[in-house]
Amino acid sequence: MIHSQTLTRLAGDLRARRLSSVELVRACLGRIEASQPQLNAFISITAEQALAAAQAADQALARGEGGALAGVPIGHKDLFCTAGVRTTCGSRMLENFISPYDATVVERLKAAGAVMLGKLNMDEFAMGSSSETSYYGPVRNPWNTEMVPGGSSGGSAAAVCARLIAAATATDTGGSIRQPAAFCGVTGIKPTYGRVSRYGMIAFASSLDQGGVIAASAEDAALMLREMAGFDRRDSTSVEMPVPDYVVGLDAPLEGLRIGVLKEFFDEGLDPDNERCIREALSVFTRLGAGLREVSLPNISLSVPTYYVVAPAECSSNLARYDGVRFGHRCEKPRDLQDLFKRSRSEGFGAEVKRRILTGTYVLSAGYYDAYYLKAQRVRQLIAADFERVFGEVDVLMGPATPTAAFPVGAKVADPITMYLNDIYTISANLAGVPAMSIPCGFARGLPVGLQIIGPHFAEQRLLHAAHRYQLETNWHLEAPERFA
Amino acid sequence: MTQSSGAISSGANAAPRDEWETVIGLEIHAQLATRSKIFSGAATAYGAAPNTQACLVDLGYPGVLPVLNAEAVRMAVRFGIAIGARIARRSVFARKNYFYPDLPKGYQISQYELPIVACGAIDIVLEDGSVKRIGVTRAHLEEDAGKSLHEGLPGATGIDLNRAGTPLLEIVSEPQLRSAKEAVAYMKKVHTLVRYLEICDGNMQEGSFRCDANVSVRPRGADKLGTRTEIKNVNSFRFVEKAIQYEVARQIELIESGGTVVQETRLYDPDKGETRSMRSKEEANDYRYFPDPDLLPLTLDEEYIEAVAAKLPELPDAKAARLMAQYGLSAYDAGVLTASRELADYYEAVARAVPSQPKLAANWVMGDLSAALNKEGLDIGAGRMPAERLAGLLKRIADETISGKIAKEVFEAMWRSGDSADRVIEAKGLKQITDGAAIEQAIEEVMAKNPAQLAEYRAGKDKLFGFFVGQVMKATAGKANPAQLNELLKKKLPG
Repeated sequence: MIHSQTLTRLAGDLRARRLSSVELVRACLGRIEASQPQLNAFISITAEQALAAAQAADQALARGEGGALAGVPIGHKDLFCTAGVRTTCGSRMLENFISPYDATVVERLKAAGAVMLGKLNMDEFAMGSSSETSYYGPVRNPWNTEMVPGGSSGGSAAAVCARLIAAATATDTGGSIRQPAAFCGVTGIKPTYGRVSRYGMIAFASSLDQGGVIAASAEDAALMLREMAGFDRRDSTSVEMPVPDYVVGLDAPLEGLRIGVLKEFFDEGLDPDNERCIREALSVFTRLGAGLREVSLPNISLSVPTYYVVAPAECSSNLARYDGVRFGHRCEKPRDLQDLFKRSRSEGFGAEVKRRILTGTYVLSAGYYDAYYLKAQRVRQLIAADFERVFGEVDVLMGPATPTAAFPVGAKVADPITMYLNDIYTISANLAGVPAMSIPCGFARGLPVGLQIIGPHFAEQRLLHAAHRYQLETNWHLEAPERFA
Repeated sequence: MTQSSGAISSGANAAPRDEWETVIGLEIHAQLATRSKIFSGAATAYGAAPNTQACLVDLGYPGVLPVLNAEAVRMAVRFGIAIGARIARRSVFARKNYFYPDLPKGYQISQYELPIVACGAIDIVLEDGSVKRIGVTRAHLEEDAGKSLHEGLPGATGIDLNRAGTPLLEIVSEPQLRSAKEAVAYMKKVHTLVRYLEICDGNMQEGSFRCDANVSVRPRGADKLGTRTEIKNVNSFRFVEKAIQYEVARQIELIESGGTVVQETRLYDPDKGETRSMRSKEEANDYRYFPDPDLLPLTLDEEYIEAVAAKLPELPDAKAARLMAQYGLSAYDAGVLTASRELADYYEAVARAVPSQPKLAANWVMGDLSAALNKEGLDIGAGRMPAERLAGLLKRIADETISGKIAKEVFEAMWRSGDSADRVIEAKGLKQITDGAAIEQAIEEVMAKNPAQLAEYRAGKDKLFGFFVGQVMKATAGKANPAQLNELLKKKLPG
């Protein structure tokens, strides 16, 4: 089955012309169409453009040209702007929005020859941990369609898990790459803040949002990230620093790697079955020559409340531009300006987005700013300092990506706090801006469990290296749900 | 939304009575003369068709991000150095959040807690000639909004976002201005300064330079400030003066009749000559300022600031002092001549060409030339009367080829025709008669024609001296050298 190959392998086969991109893309499109009723991983399927791009890739490859990802089928989370293709952000607000430009990430992957098959479903404006807040219906977990795939990049994780595409772009603001990667048993990396351009990536919380990858393996993620990452003049927060070739050196031995085991992540909220998988994974690393030691990040318990001040604050401002004036949803027959704003926004946004806009507006308002926003920023600095200190002692941190495996669809929709607590292990990396991954490391009652690996700023290579060595030792990343085989 | 101000009975333009003190602070918005916008690459040129100079960043499209224009930063720093202010080594852009259709992102990027420029000062000259120092609290960078259009769009509002993202420097004064006249003097000084620095074209009609005035009154001697109102968006010196005068009178009248001033935003209506309420404090927005996470804090190092400082031009106050020292001008003349760099350069070109007559040059530049320019609404830079041409005229006054009086006639002909002074003098035969014999002959003829007057003069009616001067001037078509004529008449008339 060509579709069950890794991206690395596919890219090699395409370059060697053992495989044609058109053939591959056509097969993938068929699988996507067939999967939609069960998974709903895609919001838009761009078959026509994909086949044209595949043909162009085949021609380039025939001439001995084409980038590193020439002809490889991928998908973009539907908040990366794609010229001429609808970009909805999972919202009714942007149901009719066709971007006039490509996001930098889209542009770079296009330049590398990757073929976009469609736009992936997600929580509305990336706000959610279950991909249930999408206006286009919930995404389902390919391992068990009664379960959520995680969120907000649920479409990306589900599509890679079901091997509908070789890899997907995704974004992570508080865990939106790692948590769905963990729930779907795939590999996800959230790079250092500033490593991947945010230009054209529709903002949720600008100081936390970071684009990244969901793929079937660390090696695949390395290849994708190498093509996506790098300084972009159009994003002032992107960092001007050369991008290493993440693919090189992945096989090197792990001997001497100092792994910090995060004490706070092994709390009473952690499901015992998940804990068992994580402990087993840690023992694999010891066998590979790494050293384990317990470390503590004392301020990490403040992560969730800090996040739920900072992220909504930024969101309330970032989403102000959706006012029905220039693009996006506009209400019918507005009576006056106020009516235009109020009704367009009331109709265009879903409940979770509204909840966060309200929270954010509140924490920024006069008289509350110091008590909430300013204090949260100070706590954020404390958390970042914790990481900095601990990375003086260890090379990477490891622990669970989530407290439990995937939960049933609908189980937490009515209880936002429980939903928010799902990100308890992932949020701190966003607050500190450090890179983090989730890789599959076993199953708890039939559902995948993710091991989280966190590193210091710009240590993506170190994370990918550790993950790859683990994946050479284990087969968890090769497991795929049978019904989508 | 707006409400009428209510009738102001009388005296709105009269000076405030002595028992009240006026307190004014100005917020001046100077549009920076960059080629592209503050956070995007779109052009800033004025007057293009609506929405043709707005790119995706200006339109606030999903996913776009701001990138700071380095030229706007350099201009703000130039201003800060020029007013002796503190240049922030680290300043922060903040978002000012509010909904308005011509504000594409739903927030304006501005600077709030940490502006790029703080604690400067500007000296103004008061009517009595004394100098008053006005503190500049801060000057910060921000982006302009677009504008809403209503004309020709019945039942609809048009949005033109060409102006959205235009760089502005908001210059905030301390509330140290004590009259409408002081406010205007300060505003003019800032206007002069930004044009010297070439950071703003100063075009007030196009809105490149405009101000908001915060106005309050308090009993003279009181410590506490009165409740202030803010008059928004005034774009001429005359309107600023009138708006403040009106507002001061309104507030005094209100308080004296038992009312209280309400903190609110008001608009000046130049047609009616009055201010009216726009929105009250209760209706005011909570702007929910917070640092813009899309932009890193702006950091400037010593080296950068020194490099900008090294390139500053001679500033108005320094230039005025130099003109006084170098050309012996009065403080008043030096002040007028340094009102713009072009005017000062022009004056110096004339003064250098006629080195013996710096004061004469000042009088001509400030007098006849300025009057002629004003009459036709021309700038000195328009080239209608190049400095060397005016200098040509002054040279003929200096070497006594023509009298000062004839010079005015020559100037007018030069202004109309564009000819040189020599050519006009030649063509019109206006060369002064300095030949004593010729003047003497003219005197004798006049004496012969007016025997009655001559007799009266000789009988002691001295006043008639002027009559004879006039008659001889008439006879010589005004060309007789006045000094020589006087001297000869004094000799001849007594007989």
